[in-house]
Amino acid sequence: MNDRHTITVTVNGTPYERSVEPRLLLSDFLREDLGLTGTHTGCEHGVCGACTVLLDGVSVRSCLMFAVQADGHEVNTVESLGTPDNLHPIQEAFRDAHGLQCGYCTPGFLMTLVPFLAENPDPSEAEIREGISGNLCRCTGYQHIVDAVKLAAERTRGS
Amino acid sequence: MKPAPFEYYAPTTVDEAVRRLAEHGWSAKVLAGGQSLIPMMNFRLAQPGVMVDLNNVSELFYIKPGTDGGVRIGAMTRQRTVEKDPLVAERAPMVHAAMPKIAYPQIRNRGTFGGSIAHADPSGELPAVAVALDGRFKLRSKRGERWVGAGDFFLGLFTTALDVDELLVEVALPPVPPRSGWSFMEVARRHHDFALVGVCALVTLNSGGACDRAKLVYFSVGEGPVVAHQAAGLLEGQAPTAELIRAAAETASKDDVDPQSDINASADYRRHLARVLGERALTEAFGRARGGE
Repeated sequence: MNDRHTITVTVNGTPYERSVEPRLLLSDFLREDLGLTGTHTGCEHGVCGACTVLLDGVSVRSCLMFAVQADGHEVNTVESLGTPDNLHPIQEAFRDAHGLQCGYCTPGFLMTLVPFLAENPDPSEAEIREGISGNLCRCTGYQHIVDAVKLAAERTRGS
Repeated sequence: MKPAPFEYYAPTTVDEAVRRLAEHGWSAKVLAGGQSLIPMMNFRLAQPGVMVDLNNVSELFYIKPGTDGGVRIGAMTRQRTVEKDPLVAERAPMVHAAMPKIAYPQIRNRGTFGGSIAHADPSGELPAVAVALDGRFKLRSKRGERWVGAGDFFLGLFTTALDVDELLVEVALPPVPPRSGWSFMEVARRHHDFALVGVCALVTLNSGGACDRAKLVYFSVGEGPVVAHQAAGLLEGQAPTAELIRAAAETASKDDVDPQSDINASADYRRHLARVLGERALTEAFGRARGGE
């Protein structure tokens, strides 16, 4: 079976046209076909959240979608946030509050938190923990991640 | 690549979707939100030869008021949409309470209301809720349309009344009857994990304050939603005192459920949870029934 489909997906504002096998996961499409390796793959069955991206502005697991399903849609990955010289406020807060150690899970946390904070700019600690419940981190024990979210929220509200 | 190869179709109408299902028979699998199916495909536990993707079938995404005072939910409505919908909160409060317990926010952004029901995972919240509420499911195929009650839909482990060429297109939930109360509870090791045990209760009082009807439906303790008939038999026709509620929950945990031991919990612990949650849920449901007159 060599069923291929031509798809057009807008990733981080750039439209890409590619021919894909339907079984290609969106996560592998982003990493392998587009070279956007900021999206990490962890468990590849929907548990860890490392591969979280935005699909039309909503956080989803890119390992639980086929690239062919993103045809005509808009995807945003961690590459759309900041640059080393000009970090996104959430990235800056993660750095300042030590919200990461090895960093493997971080892109997934960031892409979960962008829409979370846009929807709820002043979250309680319980709401933050609920918001990040779908992302696993094996280094931090989450405490510093929660601190980073509070810091990002404070700074964003203050600016 | 992780999943095995398949042919892919993305119909834009229900007619086209059911035509594909009729054409490909058992080799076809319906792709709704994919939040249970794609993990199974990534593990190659599922290797469908043909996928019929419903994500472009716009006519399946809706929440509408039912003429009976209930609510009708299109099968492809995202779980996150149902969770936040004010009409669902008002007319199907048990559904509203159950939604945040389903997996994680990112999963609910993609997962669908109908997909969770058609998947019939024995630890799924929505199959049990639909049974507790006497929901009805509209099934479509090339041959026509039929309605199946939730109580007749779940046949066993991941097995439903859906024929090979049929598609679940709508879930109709009736309104909560007068003098009724509900409760939804579950225990999981971590927030949002699969429940070790969960329970839905819907009870109705008669004008004298006795229990007219009691429905207690468990999940994660059998091969599908488990209706606690023996417990209901103790309650119906009686005044729902604390002692009677305790006895009913005890009966449910001993005679109605048949939990298995697994890596997460022993069968004994699940029976314990069935008793404790059953008592709490019935107490809450009868309390709401009394207060809701």
